[in-house]
Amino acid sequence: MVIDQQRGAVAILGTGLAGLGHAGGRTEQEIIAQASCRAVEQSGLRMKDIDGIITSSLTSPWWVMRMAEYLGIRPRFSDSTMFGGSSFIADLKIAAMAIAAGECENVLICYGSTPRSVPSSSRINQMRAELDPQPYEHPYKPFNPVSSYALAAARHMHQYGTTRQQLAEVAVAARQWAQLNPDAFSRDPLSIDGVLGAKMISDPLTVRDCCLVTDGAGAFVVTSAERSRALHAKPVYVLGTGHAHWHRQISCMDDVTVTPAVDSGRRAYAEAGLRPSDVDVVELYDAFTINPILFLEDLGFCKKGEGGAFVEGGRIAPGGDFPMNTNGGGLSCTHPGMYSIFLIIEAVTQLRGEADARQVRDAEVALVHGNGGVLSSQATALLSTSL
Amino acid sequence: MAMPADVPSADARYFGKLAEGIFEIPRCRTCSRHHFFPRVCCPHCGSQDLEWVAPAGAGVVYSSTIVRRPGGDYTVCLVDLQEGPRLMSRVVDIPVDEVRIGMAVRARIDQTTEGPLLVFIPEGARS
Ligand SMILES: [Zn+2]
Repeated sequence: MVIDQQRGAVAILGTGLAGLGHAGGRTEQEIIAQASCRAVEQSGLRMKDIDGIITSSLTSPWWVMRMAEYLGIRPRFSDSTMFGGSSFIADLKIAAMAIAAGECENVLICYGSTPRSVPSSSRINQMRAELDPQPYEHPYKPFNPVSSYALAAARHMHQYGTTRQQLAEVAVAARQWAQLNPDAFSRDPLSIDGVLGAKMISDPLTVRDCCLVTDGAGAFVVTSAERSRALHAKPVYVLGTGHAHWHRQISCMDDVTVTPAVDSGRRAYAEAGLRPSDVDVVELYDAFTINPILFLEDLGFCKKGEGGAFVEGGRIAPGGDFPMNTNGGGLSCTHPGMYSIFLIIEAVTQLRGEADARQVRDAEVALVHGNGGVLSSQATALLSTSL
Repeated sequence: MAMPADVPSADARYFGKLAEGIFEIPRCRTCSRHHFFPRVCCPHCGSQDLEWVAPAGAGVVYSSTIVRRPGGDYTVCLVDLQEGPRLMSRVVDIPVDEVRIGMAVRARIDQTTEGPLLVFIPEGARS
């Protein structure tokens, strides 16, 4: 059967957050369940209406079974493919395909983790390395993921003249947005010099060029656009999605300044029938300050090599003409291991006009872009208040 | 029925040779291209007709970072071999902040307590 990937065939209903920052003793299953219950309730549904579930874990390969068990869901459709931090945007495409194929009606997508309150032991980190062996990289002891992104940043600086100040602009803008978001974890003032002078982790990236390590869980529900109108006053339509991956390890990337976002973005724009200039608000996975610079280029907001200049002068900060990462991003809002579910939740919040002090005026079209691994997996979606 | 003779994995073949002080990488007999990391099939064309060859050892630093750790700073680099493949490695024998993108380097095998390690030294330096 050929699945017709129709533009806007599915919509996002309710969303839920829980345990942001510090989960205060609750387990990851508990905060995911809390976020999921909120998302289902805000969708105008009951848990028994959820017949599809997609989730994944950095640790457990049995995760979707454990979460369905916990929530009392007996899914007709489930999926747990691991695309790292990009997973939950890639999952939008999987959910849309499952719904279009008639496999299920209402899909819960959820994720959470508690790396701040329960840091991974060295034993767990060792086990993860053994379960995903990289014998041609691990002997050199890259401090991953930071070092792999540092290699991309260093090359971008060499090739295009991008500066550490331009990288720092990304972190400073994220902090200014976070100061408008009561849910954000890091809200102290941060200056360019504060980023440049912070502890160097893997040159050219300081600790302030790196995302937070926080607890947090997020969830949202996807259903057909047709059903969504009866269930929710403001469904957010998924106009287009795209996903691409070319490598797993940074040493296997052809050009570390060009990511598979060029493919994921092209597919998402094509399905949505939109261009970069149609987008009102942009949420890009900022695991490191170099990431949004690469994605702005690869997603067509500027030319390759011009991302550094693009973010200068507060352009992406509150009051700038290019509202980006409006919740404070992974750099200043939250980052529990994998982040992209929070990009979707923030975009939905903006498109519904519920973002309070950080609300982007007249936001009708949002682009969300998730990244996984070491620039490895890229997933893009275009979301809108209308079809 | 006789069990088939053991064939070492590509990883075992690579690291076994490295332990003997020999640096070899796979080359495809079908499309003539080298690849790295070693595989049983060519990532360029899918052929399984591969041979192990010794690269010249010459490379250029494609990118580089200094990892700042409590035990001491060290470099992690991506090096492009003259034969084409890129690999992760380390430039040694010079201060970490003197490693530059575009620098010509030459391969050397160091035997360490954690096993053989392919590293690079600046071209022209004495090994
Ligand atoms: Zn070949």
